[in-house]
Amino acid sequence: MNRATLLVLQLLVAVVLIGIWHVGTSVPFFGVKILPPFFFSTPYDVGARIVKWLREGTIWWHLYITLLESVLAFVIGSLAGAMIGFWFARKQLVAAIFDPYIKMMNALPRVVLAPIFALWFGLWIWSKVALGFTLVFFVVFFNVYQGVKEVSPTILANARMLGMNERQLLRHVYWPSALSWMFSSLHTSVGFAVVGAVVGEYLGSYAGLGYLIQQAEGVFDVAGVFAGMIVLAMFVILIDVMVSMVEKRLLVWRPDPGDARA
Amino acid sequence: MLEAVTVAFHVAERGVFTAVERADLSVAAGEFVAIVGPTGCGKSTLLNVAAGLLKPAAGVARIFGEPLTRLNGQAGYLFQADALFPWKTALENVAIGPETAGVASVEARANAKTWLRRVGLENFANRYPHMLSGGQRKRVGLAQVLIRDPKILLMDEPFGPLDAQTRQIMGNLLLELWHADRKAVLFVTHDLEEAIALADRVVIMSAGPSSRIIGDWRVPLKRPRDISEVRLEKEFHELHREIWNVLKSEVLKGYAQTTLAGAAS
Repeated sequence: MNRATLLVLQLLVAVVLIGIWHVGTSVPFFGVKILPPFFFSTPYDVGARIVKWLREGTIWWHLYITLLESVLAFVIGSLAGAMIGFWFARKQLVAAIFDPYIKMMNALPRVVLAPIFALWFGLWIWSKVALGFTLVFFVVFFNVYQGVKEVSPTILANARMLGMNERQLLRHVYWPSALSWMFSSLHTSVGFAVVGAVVGEYLGSYAGLGYLIQQAEGVFDVAGVFAGMIVLAMFVILIDVMVSMVEKRLLVWRPDPGDARA
Repeated sequence: MLEAVTVAFHVAERGVFTAVERADLSVAAGEFVAIVGPTGCGKSTLLNVAAGLLKPAAGVARIFGEPLTRLNGQAGYLFQADALFPWKTALENVAIGPETAGVASVEARANAKTWLRRVGLENFANRYPHMLSGGQRKRVGLAQVLIRDPKILLMDEPFGPLDAQTRQIMGNLLLELWHADRKAVLFVTHDLEEAIALADRVVIMSAGPSSRIIGDWRVPLKRPRDISEVRLEKEFHELHREIWNVLKSEVLKGYAQTTLAGAAS
């Protein structure tokens, strides 16, 4: 299928869904609206709200805050995850000692940490960065760990026969392998960074998209909630496109990077 | 080169599994020796001992008289499976050997280019391994090993995964490069025809486990050879028949064992 047809079909899905929404909220069947506007708002109201936000310019501030939190959580979480994952994979004893704790921490639902982080780091951006960090860290950690462990034994033997010492093995074999696994999980970790930021904002903050949605919910402003969700969805798609572009550049040597998501 | 080498593994719950029993094999400098044997006879094991990747349970591997205690630094190893670094281009893959040894990057790359030309891939220098065909990957592998100028070349069924035509072309390329600068070659294969066509000596191993070396023939064919033409000569056929008579029973034994083992488990 060519790209134009695909795009048209993708847009068609949105048009149909919005159409159903519109009909359900504004056309009564036997005197009853299937989707009462009090609970579902209407496409027009939601659109008008987004336009209003854009015109007033308030939305940019919230977007900026969410973006900042996501980027910080992603960068710090990735760095820590990559370094510790690499260290654990190379030192089996360390990995064995910490194994149960890593599993315990990873099994913990991060939402329960949000209030504690708010207590520790305050309601400003750092409590959200911390929440995003706990999500991103584990994705990157497990991928880098796996990447180092799963280096092909043949490639390793070949590298040693080519005369590589331990340091050169790290640089030319373990590190590229670990990075390739990390890059292939880029979509997941970036997504988690955004989730951490928004959930953190939702649970207590002064600004950000999560804050916007939470405020609207507090006064039963359904149009505001839906508008916030749509802006958030657009934001995520934009980030995903950028991640795909970065991924394409970083993984040129991979047969098909799209298939290898973790 | 290899003296009374025994390779044994401790297999959990089943005691000791002896892969190769007291194998003696010596390769002279500049000699091309092919090892042929049925599947699972421990040919590759023997090669790994010569490379220093595996420590023999008994016996010694000697390289130019010196007992081998660590990795064999004078050997180049061409593996059966893909061993190129997938995250490096063909050129980077070839240049990595000299770079590891401390040669400046510019110089190493220039040298790598020369080697890529020698194996006929000068136009593919910037391709990544997954963009190359199986035969092209083997060519890059050959260049990657030969650029280090090893005194000994160890090859573990290097052309095994290739189709028949590509194998012949690769065989001729190997002979051509080997003629330019004769190295001692230890070439493992399960293909007797390939072994006779390429080698100075053909060594036969018995079916495993505890396989031994059971035959050693000198190949009387003249050099330089063309792999596809040499197969038509009378001496080739006579030698082939002679070796095959010995090898056949071993192949059947090896086959019976693998099927029996399969039935038992």
